[in-house]
Amino acid sequence: MAHPSTYQPGSGFERWLDARLPVVRVMHDQFVVFPTPRNLNYWWTFGGILTFMLAVQIATGVVLAMHYVPTPEGAFDSVERIMRDVNWGWFLRYTHAVGASMFFLAVYIHTVRGLYYGSYKAPREVVWILGVLILLLMIATAFMGYSLVWGQMSFWAVTVITNLFSSLDAVIPGLGTKLVEWIWGGFSVGGPTLNRLYSLHYLFPFVIAGVVLLHIWALHIPGNNNPTGIDVKSAKDTVPFHPYYTIKDGFALVAFIVLFAAIVFYAPNLLGHPDNYVPANPLQTPPHIVPEWYFLPFYAILRAIPNKLLGVAALMTSISILFFVPWLDTSKVRSTSYRPIYKWFFWAFVLTCIALGYLGSQQPEGWYLIFGRVCTIYYFAFFLVVMPVTGLIERPRALPGSITESVLGPEESGEIEETKNTKETKATPPPAARKRKREEVL
Amino acid sequence: MRSLSRLELLMAFLLALALPGVALAEDGSSAAAPPLGHDYPEIAHQSWSFTPPFGTYDNAQLQRGFRVYKEVCSNCHSMRLLSYRNLGEPGGPEFSPKAVEVLAGQVQVTDGPNEKGEMFQRPARPSDRFRSPFANDQLARNANSGALPPDLSVIAKAREGGPDYIYALLTGYRQPPAGFEVAQGMHYNAAFSGHQVAMPPPLSDGVIAYTDGTKPTLDNYARDVSAYLMWAAEPKLEERHQTGARVMIFLIVFLVIMYLAKRTVWTRLHHRDATHAA
Amino acid sequence: MATYETPLNPTLEPDQEPTRRDVILIAASGFAAIGAAAALWPLLDQMNPDQSMLSLATTEVDISHVEAGQAITVMWRGKPIFIRHRTDQEIGKAKDVKLDDLVDPLARNANLPDDAPATDDNRAAKDREPWLVMIGICTHLGCIPKGQAVGDYKGQFGGWFCPCHGSQYDTAGRIRLGPAPQNLAIPPYSFASDTKIKIG
Repeated sequence: MAHPSTYQPGSGFERWLDARLPVVRVMHDQFVVFPTPRNLNYWWTFGGILTFMLAVQIATGVVLAMHYVPTPEGAFDSVERIMRDVNWGWFLRYTHAVGASMFFLAVYIHTVRGLYYGSYKAPREVVWILGVLILLLMIATAFMGYSLVWGQMSFWAVTVITNLFSSLDAVIPGLGTKLVEWIWGGFSVGGPTLNRLYSLHYLFPFVIAGVVLLHIWALHIPGNNNPTGIDVKSAKDTVPFHPYYTIKDGFALVAFIVLFAAIVFYAPNLLGHPDNYVPANPLQTPPHIVPEWYFLPFYAILRAIPNKLLGVAALMTSISILFFVPWLDTSKVRSTSYRPIYKWFFWAFVLTCIALGYLGSQQPEGWYLIFGRVCTIYYFAFFLVVMPVTGLIERPRALPGSITESVLGPEESGEIEETKNTKETKATPPPAARKRKREEVL
Repeated sequence: MRSLSRLELLMAFLLALALPGVALAEDGSSAAAPPLGHDYPEIAHQSWSFTPPFGTYDNAQLQRGFRVYKEVCSNCHSMRLLSYRNLGEPGGPEFSPKAVEVLAGQVQVTDGPNEKGEMFQRPARPSDRFRSPFANDQLARNANSGALPPDLSVIAKAREGGPDYIYALLTGYRQPPAGFEVAQGMHYNAAFSGHQVAMPPPLSDGVIAYTDGTKPTLDNYARDVSAYLMWAAEPKLEERHQTGARVMIFLIVFLVIMYLAKRTVWTRLHHRDATHAA
Repeated sequence: MATYETPLNPTLEPDQEPTRRDVILIAASGFAAIGAAAALWPLLDQMNPDQSMLSLATTEVDISHVEAGQAITVMWRGKPIFIRHRTDQEIGKAKDVKLDDLVDPLARNANLPDDAPATDDNRAAKDREPWLVMIGICTHLGCIPKGQAVGDYKGQFGGWFCPCHGSQYDTAGRIRLGPAPQNLAIPPYSFASDTKIKIG
């Protein structure tokens, strides 16, 4: 969707700057007049919401760091000092803590949207890969941030997660242990561990911000996908990003903030665990350790597998498999809306992820363990079997002739659009006729 | 012209569901369901003055709760994150500044070293932290037949059920059911996980004299000290609820305006489509 | 039809009155601006001294062992407090100074009105002339002046001498020479007893 720049520098200063550093031109071309498909639904607003959440987390995080003490003796008390004595400390800390959950809520919706509408398919593979990379960085950042509270859950989460690396002992004896001691900076989780987690927790968000820029850059080369999954054919299929999507994204963002604020102000500990209000005690593991809700599905996969090394491998694979989705999916159409068979498998996959989340919060025994294993198998089968196979055997439903047609129906769009199918669309008002039409997308 | 789309309706519906759901969630207690089995007794919900979204602490109740803490709990339990000044701060028991000084002054704290290099005792000042009953955990264990009385500063947020749980625990001492072995030095409690708690029943009717006409019963003591501990764990709750009300009103008006603005902008597109199609 | 930009301009047509639809867009921008500004405040206010700082109000100092001619330095709110037991000679020297000779004519005494003149009476402790209690921070750029220890160089006025930029204070802690603009500040304090000073 490369198009000639329409930016007209107004004042002398703007011309001067434009000749030297065309930031205003880039902003104008990419975020004001940028041609965006006119049919994006509300699931497309989460990109903007995520950008906002990253900004919120960085802003609150930087100020929390002004009060936080990264030592085993000082960490828990410094967090409580923020809650009690620092001006607005309770607001900043709850916003940051709840913000992490809201960030994950938004990123999961954003990912499922991309998965449903085939936004990972050519020519957007790099957009998708960068997105998965952001998700990985977010997981690391959230985990390290959670550890900083240095409550019981923090401490034991660090212990358990860092011990994942000791599974490498099964590959080369001694390697895992050496690696874990390197991560700890000692022979157990302690002061050096906390200090490095703090350092990296401060660093990673800025790395994320960098990858987000690349993600948006890569997106703006082909332009947005859309709910039909078909390509933009004419200017009529698009609207300028501003004001159409600035206002739509803005509305969705405010709605999202309403939910965010309701939790911060009225139930800030809703998504947390009481044990993390108990200071870390290296001599006593809490009876039930569970990660934050956004890690529960992965935790369930880890526990579904009885072998230590294989469990860790499954955990790692469950996320990294997303990198290969553009090539696992063999479908000719992008949007799941037009895929009658795959659609069922897709929603079964979403339900599986939710089920894994629930199972991750339960003790891995009896039926829970069995369900956990079934869900884990389906989780992987979805990527490794369903994606490649359904794409080959399934006959997609007819796609609309154009994005405009999908919005207005063939009659109205046919009037002004110069498509190859003008005659057919004009002649056949009932939608059934439209559905017969096949569209080549790829 | 298009009015509300299906998705807009869905979002509105979800929000409508989420808001009261969030509002009903009790402060200080996590919604995460306790893991199944494993002796987690049901904790009954009590009615508290500080329930969101508009709840505030009952100053008189917190003052009574502080007395219960001071005269009973503080013999074994520390509250190391609190200072005497907190007792006079807004949104808490709100003792008068004079009363805070007197309350602090009744306690001797260790300070120093002085010019001679020696530690010395002096009356506490409002800026001092609450004095802990034991100098270290080992002493505390030693004095309590091996059990460590937990610090109570954030206990109301550190236990599933929060103040409901504390109330249930303090009123949960019973005769063990027939056949239930209670180990030596332990006490049967209906609310405690595993039903055996090292803490002997701390409260009973009449152990503390109330001066404000409240009945000096176990039930009232337990209720008051639970509320007091909730305040200690969440001293900014009132400020949070009040700020929240203002923020939510602002946001909801903002949301309506954004919706209208969004419709205004998109109507132009529909208008253009209509004129072109005609 | 590539002219999709022109009919969608959200701004006002030049000859049009603001209509309802424009008002709603202006209101939306206004709310966004107010919301952003309100959200910014906690991020800034958190840097102000917190409640535990504000409550660190008082320090009590035992001065029974401070002989005439000696001085001690104690901490109050993280600042050094100079407490000097002055000799009669030092008091006399301070009293002899004419107000007109002073760089800063104000007492800078938190226990007195703001416009109190910088006489020795207004600088020394009330009814306890030998005692001088001051915040030991040079009013120029915040260094701690020399003059507390017996062997320190005290400047040509016999009080304090700031090593950073050479400000000189007299035996009542008043600025006499150098770049400092004000006399050394006097904190709120009182004598709890003959041998105890309560600062703050």
